[in-house]
Order: sequence, then structure tokens, then C-alpha cells
Amino acid sequence: MIRSVLLGALLVGTAVPVSAETIAIVRGTVAIGDGSEPIQNGTVVIRDGRVVGAGAGVAVPAGARVIDATGKWVTPGIVAGFSRLGLSDVDAVEQATDTSSEGPFSAALDIAPAINPNGQPVAINRADGVTRAIVAPSVGKSIFAGQGALIDTGADLDAVTRPRLFQFIELGETGSEQAGGSRAAAHVLLRNALREAAELGRALPVGASRSDEASMDQRERPVVRNPNESRDYRGNRSQDVLLTRFDAAALVPVLQGRQLLMIHAERASDLLQVIALGREFPRLRLVIVGADEGWTVADRLAQSGIPVIASALSDLPANFESIAATQSNVGRMRAAGVKVAIGTINDDDTRMAFRARYYAGNLVALAKVPGAAGLSWGEALAMVTSRPAEAVGLGGEIGSLQAGRRGDVVIWSSDPLDNASAAETVLIDGVEQPLATRQTRLRQRYQDLSPGVLPQAYRQ
Amino acid sequence: MSMRLSFVAAAFAVSLAGCASTGDKLAPEPVNRNPYPSTYRAYPGVPTLLRGATVLDGEGGRIDGGDVLLVDGKIQAVGQGLSAPAGAVVIDAAGKYVTPGVIDIHSHLGDYPSPAVQAHDDGNEATAPARPEVWAEHSVWPQDPGFSRALANGGVTSLQVLPGSANLFGGRSVVLKNVPARTVQGMKFPGAPYGLKMACGENPKRVYGSKGQMPSTRMGNIAVTRQTWLQAQAYKRKWDRYEREGGDMPDRDLAMDTLRGVLAGEILVQNHCYRADEMANMIDLSKEMGYKITAFHHAVESYKIADLLAREGICSAMWADWYGFKMEAYDAIPENVALVDRAGACAIVHSDDPNGIQRLYQEAGKAMASGRRAGMPITEEHAWTWLSANPARALGIFDRVGSLKPGKMADVVLWNGNPFSTYTRPERVWIDGALMYDANNPRLRPVSDFELGQTGQGDVK
Repeated sequence: MIRSVLLGALLVGTAVPVSAETIAIVRGTVAIGDGSEPIQNGTVVIRDGRVVGAGAGVAVPAGARVIDATGKWVTPGIVAGFSRLGLSDVDAVEQATDTSSEGPFSAALDIAPAINPNGQPVAINRADGVTRAIVAPSVGKSIFAGQGALIDTGADLDAVTRPRLFQFIELGETGSEQAGGSRAAAHVLLRNALREAAELGRALPVGASRSDEASMDQRERPVVRNPNESRDYRGNRSQDVLLTRFDAAALVPVLQGRQLLMIHAERASDLLQVIALGREFPRLRLVIVGADEGWTVADRLAQSGIPVIASALSDLPANFESIAATQSNVGRMRAAGVKVAIGTINDDDTRMAFRARYYAGNLVALAKVPGAAGLSWGEALAMVTSRPAEAVGLGGEIGSLQAGRRGDVVIWSSDPLDNASAAETVLIDGVEQPLATRQTRLRQRYQDLSPGVLPQAYRQ
Repeated sequence: MSMRLSFVAAAFAVSLAGCASTGDKLAPEPVNRNPYPSTYRAYPGVPTLLRGATVLDGEGGRIDGGDVLLVDGKIQAVGQGLSAPAGAVVIDAAGKYVTPGVIDIHSHLGDYPSPAVQAHDDGNEATAPARPEVWAEHSVWPQDPGFSRALANGGVTSLQVLPGSANLFGGRSVVLKNVPARTVQGMKFPGAPYGLKMACGENPKRVYGSKGQMPSTRMGNIAVTRQTWLQAQAYKRKWDRYEREGGDMPDRDLAMDTLRGVLAGEILVQNHCYRADEMANMIDLSKEMGYKITAFHHAVESYKIADLLAREGICSAMWADWYGFKMEAYDAIPENVALVDRAGACAIVHSDDPNGIQRLYQEAGKAMASGRRAGMPITEEHAWTWLSANPARALGIFDRVGSLKPGKMADVVLWNGNPFSTYTRPERVWIDGALMYDANNPRLRPVSDFELGQTGQGDVK
């Protein structure tokens, strides 16, 4: 950690992140991120890396570093609701990309070791106010992509906030393709996998707590922390298995409801199948990703209580599972009571999470279009802050400025949902972050093209 | 080839035929240079006066509290205190903006349409690195639902549809009016010159290198490109002589016809090229071979050579903030558009994307904001040139569209707010004076055949 900070300072040449301090941001327009509307002349106090309070009439503690945010906007950091941030430095460069694997494992894959906190996409998103990202692997040769994580975008090497937060699977067109060309095959594969997991999981008492698990014989621990371990699972397996032992073991916590199962599906009928899956396996903690046609089954999604991380502006029949796509999808689902958030699903997901705030602004704009369903400003901000956090069960931890949340705070030049704004100060866990990137350095190098006494390469 | 150009060619051929009639040689026969002519006709409109708007005229002018009068499909007047002719529709546009329609110089609507199934994969004739014989219009599916989204959500009134970038020579582009039609001919912008899509960099060498063919390197790209132009020069000499002197008609070659059109200055080169060093190579190559590059597309490194581009008079078509999706996009910066513009070079904001085209106005807004933050004062009226006058010039249609000047086609958008903002939407869009979209009227919302009878037909999208 220390070494990485020093190295970062050498490379970037900017302020070294200092340890969390007590900070009071005063006189800004403060938006909590919980759906409420912004508060004029508000205060945000962060201490020991956490939010102490935010709003009007919050006292500034003695000794706090005071940041004057007059004329600025203050919000929780943007949470990339669904992304592949940190998994690729350059998408089209195979060696620089770890989004998916063609290797033998699927569900057992744990994306955490693949995260590169030093990659440019992380820095560029940090500089634009994205402070956390829900990061999923992509499928390789199975409907199971593996286990995704929550990361922060801080300028240090400790990016992973929650490893193995969820298992990600494909059940729509992509799932069909992975399963051999039919949705029916994808559903059988899924159920078979859960059967195999159940068989392995029998060694573990249902509902066993994490501490029970920790005290167990290592060989019996079904959660695969490192697929490269040569751990011997003694659990009996029948002969008719399709999954590797590691993959089956990785699904035990999913089956027991101890790990989220995040499912990508777009088509109305696929969404109903996910709801049915939840009834068939009541312990599953489901999250839906995509749901382009969600508005057509919004009542049933709302009734199921399954959170949905949707594409904000998907409005083309980009394929046959998105025929009814409309930008009003999020607004309509929200109005129907669906727990909905915004993500960048297969939408330049390794790099462009920072667009989410513009997308949210577009949903505000929709409220003015006759016949369209938009969002209030406060609700739109929540779609890219607290709602994605809540979708993965971490609403108490990140995504808002309510007391006790992590100190992920951004001061913006102006309204962050409008595209004229920029992040001016970014705090992650209460630590102020450097905002310089290769992009800012390139701009500085080339903004004056007049010939110098030495080539541009000497300007740094 | 424009209709006007083909007219000239035909007249030229006829006069030569007169001279040649006394000799032994056969008179040259004219070649039809416009075999797939536009059948687009403007739809009827009513005289319309937009009153009291913030008017950005598209070539750098601004009128606060301005009026725009559309009559007979044309811009009739722009100013203040205009009076409405008898029977005109008068629209109170106070608090709103009026601009020329957005022109997207780089789109694949129609040749990579939605749904993006393999059967619709019609943008790259990736069977040889030089395919100037293919024409994008022969791939365009007029029922692509993306056209309607670009109209209703993006205020896009004209667009250039190009072949993809798998090939060094991708083929001819086509300029369309964004008006639904049964045929592509019904969408073709009357009289717009053709473009030739060229590409340098990663794509051609990857596509052919992976097949074990040339080019597999950047130097291979340049070599094949040069060799192809040498062939075109020889073809042009042969055909020029024939059209001058008659005799036996040489064999026609569709690929060479296109390249000859470029060498004759009739077809505009639209060159996909990311890196500064490669753009410089292409500029030298164009001089070596005797043609002009009209615009570099996806020019993410134009900011490094903005002075050169200004000197050469070459436009750069750019994204606001795309970066890092491939190696040659690694040095993209959000100030690119603004830096190119500041150097006095022609800056264009383009989409290359069926979603991005719906928010091209917001992309220009981002590019403007990035430039301002970096200390470049950019006015709104100037930034709108990136979406109208500049792409119109680079498409050879600026005499018809691209600004709100009397006599130009009445391609006009009324925005419900500041047209650079995420909070703004097109309220109404006119093309040639006909109201083609009205946010307040569900009947003025085009629905493609593909979407007819499907869930969500006629929905707001």
C-alpha cells in the first residue's frame, strides 16, 4: 500500500492520498443520493472515512478541514451500477483485458484478482466522480461468468471493497448461445448446476454462518477462495456431473442465499422466468441486470421484489430480446414500484461508467416529453448512487451521504447530471484523490503546438 | 455523383461527339454516373414562423429573441420581429432554441441496422482490402428503426452512411435525408457528392493479417493503398483519353470508377484514421497520388497535429469522450474537438453509433464544456458549427444545408431548452419545411415496418 502510493506519486506527480481526515464541506448544494431533492447551503462532514452527517444545519466539528463549496454541488460518489471497470486497460488488446475466460472454469472464477487499480479507465472514471463500481466478469464458455466484486476507484492498489459479492450469469440470448443455442438448454444447465451445488453443499448445514464456515475443515469449505488451490473436497459427488468441482462449490453459497445471483436478461418472457426461478428456489437472492422489456412486466417485477439494474437509455430493438426497448423503461418500472437502478450493461462497460450521470440527466429530461416516463432530479441521482448500492445489498455502506456511509463524496463544478459539469474534488473513504490522468497530461503537452527548443517528449 | 455533375459529364460527352463525327474514331459514349438517382421529394409543409427563440444559425451566428421563417421548404428569413405571412403557423419559441438540424457525418444506420443480427451485417465487404467498387447505399435498409430515433431524440436531419473500416478502401458512402422511405433512393440527399471511405491503422491490418493476407502491418496498409492508387491513375488516363478522343471504349471497372472520381475531385475522401502519425502519412500519400482528403474520421489524435490539419484544410470528425477501446484510441482526450477548433482547423462531432447519434447534441455540449474548462472560450453559436456547417462542408452540401440562411433547405430543430444539455430534447423537427417530428403529437412519430405490430409500436422511444 505504502509503496504503491509512493509509486503512484512518482508516476502521476500529484498529491499523495493522505490518510482519512475530518473534513467539512460547507455552503454547497448538497444532494444526499437517497432520492431526495438537493439542499441549498448544505454541509457534509466526513470523519474516519465515513459520513458523519449531511444536509442543512449540520455542525462543523472543531479541527475539521473546511472546504468551501459555494456555488458547487456535493453528492455521494457515482456508483457504477454494472460495469467491467478495472478489467481492461484497452478493450481490443487481449493481453490487457481480463473480462472473460475461455479456460476450464466458469462459476468458480473470482474477478477480484484481475482488477487493475492502476489502469487508465479507473483513473479516468475516478477523475469524473465515479468512486465505486459493481464489476462483473463476462461469460466465456458457460452461462456462468463467475463471481463479481464491488471495487473503489481510489489511487491505491487496494481496490476491492467486496470480493465475491455475486455470481453473474447470462439467461437471455447470450445465455442461450452459451448453453448451445437454446434458452431451454440454459435453464437446464442452471438447474443442473444448482443440483450439483446442492449435492456438495449438503456437507454444510443450511444457513451456516460465516464463522461456522471459517471453523470448518478447509477441505469442506465450499466457497472457493482461490480456484488454483488444490483443495480436496471430500463431499460425495454423483457420477453424472457436468461442472468441475470448483464451479459446483462456487454455487453453494448462491444456492444457500449467502451470495447474490445476478442474472442478465432483457426479454419480457425471460424476466418472468427469472421471477419463476426465485419461486422455485426461494433462498436465491436474485438481482436482474438489463430488463430492456421490464416495463411490460413491471407489476410482476415489483411484486417479486427483485432489484433491477437497467440500461438507462436503451431504446433500440438492438436484438430480438429488446424489441420493446424504450428510454421510458426505468421511469415506468420505478413508477410501478420496481427497485430499479442504472448500470452500463454491455455499454462500453470497461471504460465509460462516468456516462451514468449523463444518462440520469437524460431521464430527468424525459419527464418533459409528453407520453414518456422520466424521473425527478433526486430520483435520477439515486439511480446512479444509492439504488445500485441497494441492489447489491450495500445501501447501508455506500451510495448516499446518510450518516455512517463510507466517505465517498464528490464536489462538482455545477449540477452533476448536466454535461457541463465536472468533478473538482473526489473523496473515497474520506481520502482526497488525485484527479490527474494521462489525458490531462496529454492535453498539457499538446495544447501549445508552437515549436519549442526540444520535442514534445520533453514536456512533462 | 451528383445530378449536376452527371449533367455536366453528359453535356461534355455530347459536345465531344460533335467534334469527333468527322474522324474515324467512334465518338465516346457517356457513362451514366448516377445510376441510382435520388427520388427524394420534400413533403408538404406550411409556412411556419418560429418566434422569439435563441437562434444558433449553424455557421457561428446567434440571435437572442430571434425569429425563423420557413416557407416552401426553404429558410425564408432569419432575424427579429419578422411578420408571419397569411396562413402561417406561428410558434412561440421563447425560452427555446432553434438550430439547423444535426448532420452526422459518420453513421452506419441502415448498413449495420437494428436488430444487429448477422443477417444485417452489411457494412464491411471484408473480402479484399481494396473494395472501392461497393456502395454503402446498396446495403442500407431503410427500415432500420435507428433512423427514427436519430430524428426524434437527436434532431438529426441529414447523415452520411459509410461502409465500415475493415478495408483500406471501404467503398462509397451515401448522404441521406433522415426522412423515412420505402427505398434508399427515397432517402438520398439530392445532388450530394459521393464519399469514398478509406481506413488506416489497426482494422485493415487486423482483418487481413489474421487471414494471412496483405496487409498485416501498417506499412502493408500504406503499400496496398499506394499500389491501388497507381492502378487508378492508369485507369483515369485511359478513360480521360477515351472521353476526350473517343475510340474503343475501355473496360469499365467499378472499383476504378470510384477512385477515378476521387482523382477528378468529384468524390470526397472520408478517411478513418486515429493516430497523428498515420494521418500525416495519409496526407503525404494523398499528395503523392493527387487527391485531397476531405475529413479524417475518429481522429482522436488530431489535437497533436491540429496545426498541420489547419494548414491542409482537412476536417476532423471526432467523438467527445470516447477513449481506450483499442490501442489506437489510447491517447484520446476530451479536449480534442476544442483544440482542433482553436487551431483553426475544421472540427466536427460525429457518432459512428446508433445510440450516440441520438445524443450528438449532448456530445457537442461535452466537447464544449471540456474546452472551456481547459481555458478555451467557446460560444454556443460557435460550437453548433461542429454539428451543422462543418459536417455540411465536409459532405459537399453546405450550399443546401448546414446553416439557417435564406434559400437553404428548411432543416430545422426547435429544442425545448439549451441544445447542448442532457436536459434538452427536440420538440419539433422540420425537414425541407415539412414537420417530420413533433413531441406533442404521437402521430408525428415514424414507426419502421420492423416495429409495426410489435410490443411498443409507436411508443415514445
